[in-house]
Amino acid sequence: MTGRKTLRTDVAIVGGGIVGASAALALRKMGIGVVVLERDLCGSRSSGVNYGGVRRQGRPVSQLPLAQRAHRIWGNLRETIGTDGEYLRSGHFKIARSEADMASLEQYRTKSRDFDLGLELISAARLRERCPWLGTRAVGGSLCAEDGQANPRLVSPAFALAAQRAGAQIFERHKVDEVMHDGKGFLLRSGNALEVHAPALLNCAGAWSGPIAEYFGEAVPLRSSHPVMAVTEPVPHFMDWSLGVEGGGIYCRQVARGNLVLGGGRGFALDADRARADRDAIATLAAQAVELLPTLRHAHFIRTWSGTEGNLPDHQPVLGPSRTTPGLFHGFGFSGAGFQIGPAAGEVLAELVRDGRSSTPIESFSIERFFAAAANEEAPTTADKTTTPTPP
Amino acid sequence: MTAASSSALQPVIVGAGPAGVRAAEALVAHGLRPVVIDEASRAGGQIYRRPPASLAERSANVLYGFEARRADAVHTAFDALRERIDYRPDSLVWNAQGGRLDVLHGPTRSTSSVPYGQLIVATGATDRVLPVPGWTLPGVYTLGGAQVALKFQGCAIGQRVVFMGTGPLLYLVAYQYAKAGAKVAAVLDTSRFADQLAATPAMLRQPAVFAKGVYYVAWLRAHGVALHGGVRPLRVLGDVAESRVAGVAWHDGREEHTLACDAVGFGYALRSETQLADLLGCRFEFAPLHRAHLPVRDAAGRSSVRGVYLAGDGAGIMGADAAEWAGERAALALLADSGVAVDTARAAMLEGKLHKLGAFRQGLERAFPVPHDWAAHAPDELVVCRCENITAGTLRRTVAEQGADEMNRLKALSRVGMGRCQGRMCGVAAAEILAHATGQPVQQVGRLRGQAPIKPIPIHLATTAPSTEGAGA
Repeated sequence: MTGRKTLRTDVAIVGGGIVGASAALALRKMGIGVVVLERDLCGSRSSGVNYGGVRRQGRPVSQLPLAQRAHRIWGNLRETIGTDGEYLRSGHFKIARSEADMASLEQYRTKSRDFDLGLELISAARLRERCPWLGTRAVGGSLCAEDGQANPRLVSPAFALAAQRAGAQIFERHKVDEVMHDGKGFLLRSGNALEVHAPALLNCAGAWSGPIAEYFGEAVPLRSSHPVMAVTEPVPHFMDWSLGVEGGGIYCRQVARGNLVLGGGRGFALDADRARADRDAIATLAAQAVELLPTLRHAHFIRTWSGTEGNLPDHQPVLGPSRTTPGLFHGFGFSGAGFQIGPAAGEVLAELVRDGRSSTPIESFSIERFFAAAANEEAPTTADKTTTPTPP
Repeated sequence: MTAASSSALQPVIVGAGPAGVRAAEALVAHGLRPVVIDEASRAGGQIYRRPPASLAERSANVLYGFEARRADAVHTAFDALRERIDYRPDSLVWNAQGGRLDVLHGPTRSTSSVPYGQLIVATGATDRVLPVPGWTLPGVYTLGGAQVALKFQGCAIGQRVVFMGTGPLLYLVAYQYAKAGAKVAAVLDTSRFADQLAATPAMLRQPAVFAKGVYYVAWLRAHGVALHGGVRPLRVLGDVAESRVAGVAWHDGREEHTLACDAVGFGYALRSETQLADLLGCRFEFAPLHRAHLPVRDAAGRSSVRGVYLAGDGAGIMGADAAEWAGERAALALLADSGVAVDTARAAMLEGKLHKLGAFRQGLERAFPVPHDWAAHAPDELVVCRCENITAGTLRRTVAEQGADEMNRLKALSRVGMGRCQGRMCGVAAAEILAHATGQPVQQVGRLRGQAPIKPIPIHLATTAPSTEGAGA
């Protein structure tokens, strides 16, 4: 085909979100060649439109090694990507609305003791004293002082820019519509514009990762979901912590300009790419916000939004090598909690490419978990596949 | 809600300006009782805005001048409909989803959810703002804002006023101010009188409208108002101590001038309010005549979404007369699509008038072109987005350093359009800066995606459980 550019590189990455971009950056630091293909703009999907919580507290213990690794990256964010992305270790406070919630927060502290999260349980009386702005539903909670928040609109694209500065070739608005393995390496095509050949492939396409995994014989129950976000006009600064609620529901934080960013509930898809906040979810979010922070009662919502993220039924990502295809590594399905661990997931993927193993335990995220029942059957191979897969 | 029952719903009209009123009239004439949702407290829209009932009645002649007859006609038509429609004044449509509009009723501080099967969107327009340094000083208004002050509140924006920018409204507002007794220090038009001359043949397609424009200019001249064409506004001068406008500075191509004044009205014609059409899922395309991305519609006003019709300035700036025709035409389309027999000759006549007006509009654009070099001359320190205090320099740096080449990306990286107005005011200027900084034509930079709420809503009102019954009267 005339006009089609052909590139040969060491690693092709599908998806320029925070996972793909940080993998690209880490690979470049190892001196490995990288091409990133992004269907839209880097960091413009769930990596760029999420709530912006940078939180370890509340994660499954299996994620904590990864979260700790990420915590170190966040601590050096400016050196790593050239901007602080409004990252603040403002504290993440998880609210208990009942004694049972409080007990469960206490259990979490015990469970996570090996990970140095520095969790501090705060009783109702002390909470009133410390933050009179909290509504009366909170009977206490757990503070992780070193957790915090950042601006995903800025951080996620900055990872891609940093990777590019480090020598990664990034192609935005290049949707991958063909992926195959010719027995020696991977071949990716983006329309008539670009063809990429590489011995290694990273599947970091977020909610759009499913078809790639499926093409290589690894269909997983990845579903799209659409979180609802809202932001208020700026109000006088009253809150440093990023707030969450034990058992889920609303979460919110106040940014330096004074706006409150709130999340909770589900939106709906407009099409394969776009989503919007749902009316009833906005109403529920508003009611919860006023209950949690009565001072917000007269503030205005100025904008709501949603995005598309990839969810797996156990809310754990798939992170690790393919079970069918050497050279293929997956990093997707972060189920609405990928922003904080994304940079570490990227480093892990880079290690997997270079060393075949990761220095951070990732067994819990193996794609094998979806094929346990079929474990005794021979894994399908893709070495001879040349047909066109469903466009991811 | 099933398809059958939704088609039996009352049609809903959003907006009660000339388009909304004529649409309602046509629907009522065919036996329907539409819901008319109006953000204002009295019907008339912006152009035929009526003062609050509490203010002393001024005659239509005083309020609307040459447009008095048309204003009267629209008001009278509306008043005659009043009992035959479900009119909901003071009501802001802030969201649309799944065949229902979310409406905030100001006086009762309540929200409701209004279902529709068919919807006519007649959301009107606001000023097209291309800022100039100093535009955030107290005493600077848009032309539309200056006009609303006069018509609605019965007051002028200052004692000694400069009007600048371009477009027919520039001269109309200057005339209205001078007529009302305000001192008009000058009219500064960025377009050249040669542009107007060149456009005369096309503008003669609407001789009456053209004659009015000529009259305003002649009247202003005869009354000693200085009219300067081909200017480039440089800045609004501020009295720092009083934090108030003290004058304006402009360049005439040869040298710089300043002029003292205590208020400025400025604007570059109008821009369509398209947020609701966007939330409704209408397909947009770039319309070169309007230099904007607009919801597409056929000659009758059908949008790309079944059951949604577009009329008036909200779908492309065509002026008040066209809005009346388009409103009626859209209503006839809605009726015909519902299987109601309509007067097809009347429909064809309206389409013909709208089509003919297209040529006149071309002439207007030629007579009063948007200053295409505005972005090139906008200094780095110019505040483009006043909600977020984002300057032209910040936008240019975002392009240069982070590669933003599209409006939503520019917004994400710079915060432009992230404040209370959500880009409704600053979006036009930001797009011009972005296009210039990236060397793309303005249509390539895209448009800001619409997001609810269309205008800010108090959180405690967003919590109200939506009623599917509608607001009720």
